[in-house]
Amino acid sequence: MPDPAGLELIAHELRERHPESIADTLYYRGIATLVVEPDHVLEVLSWLRDDPQQQYGFLASMHACDYLPHEPRFGLHYELLNMSRVERIHVKALLADPGEPELPEIDSCVSLFPGAGFQEREAFDMFGIVFRGHPDLRRILMPEEYEGWPQRRDFPLGGEPVLFTHNEHQMPRWYE
Amino acid sequence: MEIKREGADRGKAGTDPDEFRIRQIRARDLLRGDREGHDLEKHVQESVLTTTLEKALDWARSNALWPATFGLACCAIEQISLVTSRYDSARFGAEVFRASPRQADMLILSGRVSIKMAPVVRRIYDQMLEPKWVIAMGACASSTGVFNNYALVAADKFMPVDVHVPGCPPRPEALIHGILKLQRMVQGHPDLGWRTRYGAEGTEELPHPNIALSPAET
Repeated sequence: MPDPAGLELIAHELRERHPESIADTLYYRGIATLVVEPDHVLEVLSWLRDDPQQQYGFLASMHACDYLPHEPRFGLHYELLNMSRVERIHVKALLADPGEPELPEIDSCVSLFPGAGFQEREAFDMFGIVFRGHPDLRRILMPEEYEGWPQRRDFPLGGEPVLFTHNEHQMPRWYE
Repeated sequence: MEIKREGADRGKAGTDPDEFRIRQIRARDLLRGDREGHDLEKHVQESVLTTTLEKALDWARSNALWPATFGLACCAIEQISLVTSRYDSARFGAEVFRASPRQADMLILSGRVSIKMAPVVRRIYDQMLEPKWVIAMGACASSTGVFNNYALVAADKFMPVDVHVPGCPPRPEALIHGILKLQRMVQGHPDLGWRTRYGAEGTEELPHPNIALSPAET
């Protein structure tokens, strides 16, 4: 895990190579995070993977998040691992919601990390984030004809209404 | 050694020729219609064990409820331990987990049913031959339980469920209790008419007419 100084060095090198690629750096509870601009995520990831000093060659996880009251709303998290030094670095891209019926878009990193294919499909399935250049972007867990993006925070929870004593009177004649 | 079969063949009544003759005359009177009232009732009670074919059939069915080999989630672990020597569902004739729904009488929904799995579950139910029964095992299959969200559906939304076994997951004893409840339901007068509400009658898929049967099957 890079320490805060090492994180700043990485961010500095990236800013020299790709200006405007790094929006921010975070160091919280031992996790070094590079906050990148969504348009430059591929450049950052490929540099972290290929630079001889970095060698973060393994994408341990790629997942999405919805921080609804905040803007920009969606966060994409890339967890990179250097297998020889056993160091991890976190890359985070924040995506704004263009609003219905538009979907947020970002470049797919399948060309760099082929294992990200299924994880990007899951992020698409649950959050409706479109990955440009993904070879086979379809729903992976929900039925193909399903409508909506169920893990978004403004998606209704669904399911059966649960009956407690405190809301029993709100469901009259529920027992029928 | 010579075996004397005379006594065994003639039975208990045959030991006394006079008594045997009396019973013969009584039976002849019965067939002629000469016996009436209390006399007739007494004779019938003494000599005839009455049952209907339906009752005998229900009794036989209830004691050979073969489940389909079908596990959905964590409840399936408890369902598996149901057939182990400790719980031994063979005592109730429900130990033969059939690998084909065609041979199964009972479907145990052991776990949560997602909306993606629901058509599959329903198709397995449809493929089972009549008469067939369903046990919804655990909170998830009955009411989606703790996974009460967009992805799951309660089993009785799309198929008729006969017995709901509560628990998360239910212990094998609870499932045995559910099987015993189902046995009593089968032995009584199972009113299967409510299954029409689910369109769950006569849904077995028959061989397609265009598929030529092998000579053995024809």
